[in-house]
Amino acid sequence: MEILTSPLTVRTLSPELEGMRKKIEVWAREYGLDFYETIFEVLDYGEMNMVAAYGGFPNRYPHWKFGMEYERLTKSYAYGLHKIYEMVINNDPCYAYLLECNHNVDQKLVMAHVYGHCDFFKNNIWFSKTNRKMMDTMANHATKVRKTIDRHGLEAVEAFLDRCLSLEDLIDRHSMFIQRHRKEHEPQTEQNGLSKISSSEYMDGYINPPEVLAREKLRNEQDRRRRKHFPEEPARDILLFLLEHAPLEDWQQDILSMIRDEAYYFAPQAQTKIMNEGWATYWHAKIMTEKALTDMEVIDFADHHSGTVAMHPGQLNPYKLGFELWKDIEDRWNKGKFGKEYDQCDDWMTKRNWDTNVGLGKQKLFETRRVHNDITFIDAFFNEEFCHVHKFFIYAYNADRGGYEVADRDWRSVKQKILAGLTNFGQPVIQVVDANFENRGELLLEHKHDGADLRLDYARDTLENIFHLWTRPVHIKTVVEGKEKLLGYDGESHLERIADA
Amino acid sequence: MVLNIEQDHLRFREIVRGRIKQDLKKYISNSEMIGRKGKDFVSIPVPQIELPNFRFGSPQGGVGQGDEGDLNGTGQAGNSPGAHILEVDLSMDELAQIMGEELELPRIEPKGTDRITTVKDKYSQVSRTGPESLRHFKRTYRQALRRQIASGTYNSSNPCIVPIHEDKRFLSWKTKPRPESSALIVYMMDVSGSMGDEQKEIVRTTSFWIDTWIRAHYKGVQTRFIIHDAVAQEVDRETFFHTRESGGTVISSAYELCGRIIGEEYPEDQWNVYVFHFSDGDNWSGGDTGRCVELLKGTILPRVNLFGYGQVDSTYGSGQFVRELETVVAEEDKLVTSCIEGKDDIFKTIKDFLGKGK
Repeated sequence: MEILTSPLTVRTLSPELEGMRKKIEVWAREYGLDFYETIFEVLDYGEMNMVAAYGGFPNRYPHWKFGMEYERLTKSYAYGLHKIYEMVINNDPCYAYLLECNHNVDQKLVMAHVYGHCDFFKNNIWFSKTNRKMMDTMANHATKVRKTIDRHGLEAVEAFLDRCLSLEDLIDRHSMFIQRHRKEHEPQTEQNGLSKISSSEYMDGYINPPEVLAREKLRNEQDRRRRKHFPEEPARDILLFLLEHAPLEDWQQDILSMIRDEAYYFAPQAQTKIMNEGWATYWHAKIMTEKALTDMEVIDFADHHSGTVAMHPGQLNPYKLGFELWKDIEDRWNKGKFGKEYDQCDDWMTKRNWDTNVGLGKQKLFETRRVHNDITFIDAFFNEEFCHVHKFFIYAYNADRGGYEVADRDWRSVKQKILAGLTNFGQPVIQVVDANFENRGELLLEHKHDGADLRLDYARDTLENIFHLWTRPVHIKTVVEGKEKLLGYDGESHLERIADA
Repeated sequence: MVLNIEQDHLRFREIVRGRIKQDLKKYISNSEMIGRKGKDFVSIPVPQIELPNFRFGSPQGGVGQGDEGDLNGTGQAGNSPGAHILEVDLSMDELAQIMGEELELPRIEPKGTDRITTVKDKYSQVSRTGPESLRHFKRTYRQALRRQIASGTYNSSNPCIVPIHEDKRFLSWKTKPRPESSALIVYMMDVSGSMGDEQKEIVRTTSFWIDTWIRAHYKGVQTRFIIHDAVAQEVDRETFFHTRESGGTVISSAYELCGRIIGEEYPEDQWNVYVFHFSDGDNWSGGDTGRCVELLKGTILPRVNLFGYGQVDSTYGSGQFVRELETVVAEEDKLVTSCIEGKDDIFKTIKDFLGKGK
């Protein structure tokens, strides 16, 4: 394999490409896209693979997982399996990379695609709390880890990083938008801790009704009981919980908090994959076909575009699904195919030819891109007609025939299946329920079982990793083959027993 | 701006090769290089390390799009968790090339003065002229479409594309020289009781790679197989890898048979001979080892390009034989010995054997 020894040389756009870029930027703004300044850089494929292995950032902390990704990308490029065309970083300014050897028509397509992403990064609400100076933050993280390695040795730091990375999914992706913890209820202590308003005796029954006082008393009682329990309410952000309560050394705390920051930075991208890729694809198709293409480029564009939206067996292509949904939304809101009257109409032909000429398509597109994430997007717009037209199906493994086969074409089941795959990104929901389990300072996690069991060997190893941070025995309550089980690790051996309720 | 990917990559390679961080080894999805072997292709899994996390167990199917037939060929469910093995299909020639690059093997220089090469045509190019039977439909279509669009005769409501003479593209060939010389590979293996299944698996894998490499350098390659315990016999490939005998080990019996095969059936001026012997290094008696060295020096080594001795580590073997041979290595550069302690050493061994470019 070729290993690049030269440092990354950043090339700015050639005058020709810069000319194209300016035109495309103007067109994109005319269509109503709104984005931060976007800086394009040209890389050769080796450099592209490096930057891609680092998740798009030129400077990351040293870790073998980036080397692994680099090898995977380099090999699959060398064997002709795939090629990275574009990469864009959610940052202000946005950074985007072009592959040097691409034809001009591809470069135009990528630029248009990138402006779609940049608009989405800036305006979608799920990205609103992301760090827009992540380029700098990542570089700082890299420096910090390198310094830590100098002080504590590569082995120790790398082993700790491995442990943190094994836990990096255990964050609470919605915590930025909702108040998880109840505001501390301040009891106005007057009489017996009850908020009694002083009044003359004969009015007392009216001003301080006994049932209100009784309710307040009960609530205070509950509050007190809850406070004895730690954490008071189950904690979804396990990384934060460990940061605040595990006996970590300073450098370990730094690294864990860094991993957590990066996990939160990347979370919205996983949360909006279908929408975001679909949105960018929608805009490259629109800008290219309506503005940017020259006659001689049509074929190559069509070839490339159809490659982007091709469905491969056994995989749901987010570009394709997103692209079709966006087009469907525009069409439906242009023709007025929404609302009570449309939904209640059960004549298929009438529905199909429905057109009230309201022309709300564009408005609806921009509104949807602002407020939805993949789950709500699919939930709101994946309907019977869409499923039918695009021939979606569920497949399942048939043990008798020894292969996968189409199991169901009902649109509700298909929708349910897509949504299930998106919920918590297809990962199990885990939370901390008790940090003083059995009154011995042991940590109890809970897996919210929704039908699928955990992979047990990985679960045990993950418990070991948490144990090394928590330093006291760690347990997880889950369901194994229909039975409630408690898995545990105490530093020496793994325990498994039936969980008592 | 300096990227540190080389360091990260090196670190990853070392983990995969098992040199450092043994505790991560169980997460490597595939440490062996041969995956499936089809007719002309092999699949190579690209190693991946997956750190443990809480994840779901069995794959749960998924959602697809299209007609019934679109699901065919689906090996794995698309969103099944945990299935991250990337497989690459390669032809044997490509495989040999990649192996050569990975292990930095020099090309084999066939011996003898008359290095005759023949030429072979490969259809790998496109040209503007050629016979109709070799017309490249896709390129021709594209060319015609491009011309019609450019000249404004393309009608999108009736997209009828008619190629004219200038549009036509044809497959064309390139002439490549191929070496004419032939090679003989003799594999010998100790099948005495102390060689277990694991040891045989190592021999099988090693011989697969040796085959791949040598075949890439010669036109005709013949392979012969000899197994031995106290006596030696010639067998076919299938038997070679699946026989298990018990009893003692007399290595000289195999060397004697090997010397006879080479001497009687393969004239020296026409054949490049490669001999590989795998054993756990336990020979019956010291006297027999002396006889082996004698046979090697007398009849085998003068005739071969390379004699490779691979000693597979086993719980029973004493491993004495390799030490005896090493005294000969000093005098004979055609003799190469290598110790194989486990699967991870296979590549080291191949490099030992083939690294001399003979």
